[in-house]
Amino acid sequence: MSGFFKSSIGRKFTMALSAFFLMFFLLQHFAINFLSVLNPDAFNEVSHFMGTNPLIQYVLQPVLLFGVVYHFVMGFILEIKNRSSRVVKYAKNNGSANSTWMSRNMIYSGLFILIFLVIHFIDFWIPELNTKYVQGDMSGLLADGEGYRYYEELQHKFLPPWRIALYCLGFIFLALHLLHGFNSAFQSVGANNKYTKGLKGFGKAYAILVPLGFIVIALFHHFNH
Amino acid sequence: MNLTLKIWRQKNAQSKGKMVDYKVTEISEHMSFLEMMDVLNEQLVNSGEEPIAFDHDCREGICGMCSMYINGEAHGPDRGITTCQLHMRMFKDGDTITIEPFRAKAFPVIKDLVVDRTSFERIQQAGGYISVNTSGNTQDANAIPISKHAADEAMDAATCIGCGACVATCKNSSAMLFVGAKISQYALLPQGQVEAVDRVNNMVAQMDLEGFGNCTNIGACEVECPKGISLENIARMNREFLKANVKG
Ligand code: HEM
Ligand code: SF4
Ligand code: FES
Repeated sequence: MSGFFKSSIGRKFTMALSAFFLMFFLLQHFAINFLSVLNPDAFNEVSHFMGTNPLIQYVLQPVLLFGVVYHFVMGFILEIKNRSSRVVKYAKNNGSANSTWMSRNMIYSGLFILIFLVIHFIDFWIPELNTKYVQGDMSGLLADGEGYRYYEELQHKFLPPWRIALYCLGFIFLALHLLHGFNSAFQSVGANNKYTKGLKGFGKAYAILVPLGFIVIALFHHFNH
Repeated sequence: MNLTLKIWRQKNAQSKGKMVDYKVTEISEHMSFLEMMDVLNEQLVNSGEEPIAFDHDCREGICGMCSMYINGEAHGPDRGITTCQLHMRMFKDGDTITIEPFRAKAFPVIKDLVVDRTSFERIQQAGGYISVNTSGNTQDANAIPISKHAADEAMDAATCIGCGACVATCKNSSAMLFVGAKISQYALLPQGQVEAVDRVNNMVAQMDLEGFGNCTNIGACEVECPKGISLENIARMNREFLKANVKG
């Protein structure tokens, strides 16, 4: 089996597995964030649960972290390998004649997502870790003890226009990444059959609607506090 | 029509090579692209210059030799054809046409537009065959029941002519359409089952060893393939590889 993970197809397969996990996570993340628009109290409750449940914190969170790191590290490894597979480049190459821009530029859309993720971690994840595990405050309450802090922190974060702009841009790149990636992942695990045509439409819808949803949430909190 | 040609010239595998401009005049739109190249070469020979080396053999879309990257596409702008089947009517009077060899680390240039595609042959030798008894007791293939559907799909895969356009086109120089087709033509038939595990493992290992890149499902190969080999063959290869590794 060790040969499997070193082989081109094995790597493609694990790349797709990490991508499936990320796409599932993204949907879950979206569902919870959308609660903040519908019902701040419910958002607070769910956030507190997710932030303190041991299964989520000590099992799923490390898996997610591994999934993200594996995905982009393997993405870079494959990109380097693929670039080195053509030493002399074409003087003229008409890529748009036979493939989409999204499919040819996964590394660039991915790179932008990575920059976004670093900022996103600094914005939300590192402060969470600090509050919970460094300062040891697992209560999830505001400093004055009047209710949960999650919704308030979210609203506060979405005040500066630069952050809104960056988030919107990040999700546009995510949409571009997924417009190719969603269906690509199925092909990578060998699923190309009579359902593929139908799945293409679903993939497009996912790739556009989910990132668009995140943008709507960010804009909602920016203009509605 | 009159054309300007920008063509890759390279003395041998060791030398660097560069693009050189040529002019051809009075090209008929009914000519094939290779006939246009013949006109140019005649011109070069008459003026005492070295003619441009390019691969060709059948000139009817069967052998897969005529590798050329024309205006940024393998076998030029038309679909479902090889370079020898490309007609000059696809171009306009006064056009500038860029002609390069197929480019990939696993397809090194031998001279001008001629590249070495023996990496494909080594992949085939690693497992692209079935072992049958030919001692006179060979079983009649027609005695083995095969569904029409499987036979058709296997035949579609087997139409791959090993031209290498998929590799040349692919942003990653991946050979997976070729290898997927060669694996599929056996994977779909009962005769291919006995050696299925070794076949996919050995052919994929050889493919990786030759220095081809990794498929990222862009799909350019399928568009440029002269024989319309489908991406389904790559998915099938992925499944075969997975199955082989689970079985061990
Ligand atoms: C962290 C930064 C990221 C980088 C650098 C990155 C890079 C890449 C690269 C280079 C590929 C092409 C490789 C291939 O198709 O085999 C790829 C594929 C893919 N990525 Fe990402 N990506 C990132 C984040 C994400 C995220 C957050 C998601 C989803 C929520 C995602 C979903 C996908 C999918 C679905 C594929 C297709 C997988 C496949 O073809 O098997 N990526 N990524
Ligand atoms: S798959 Fe198509 S493009 Fe690739 S070698 Fe076979 S015939 Fe040529
Ligand atoms: S010369 Fe044989 S396919 Fe073109």
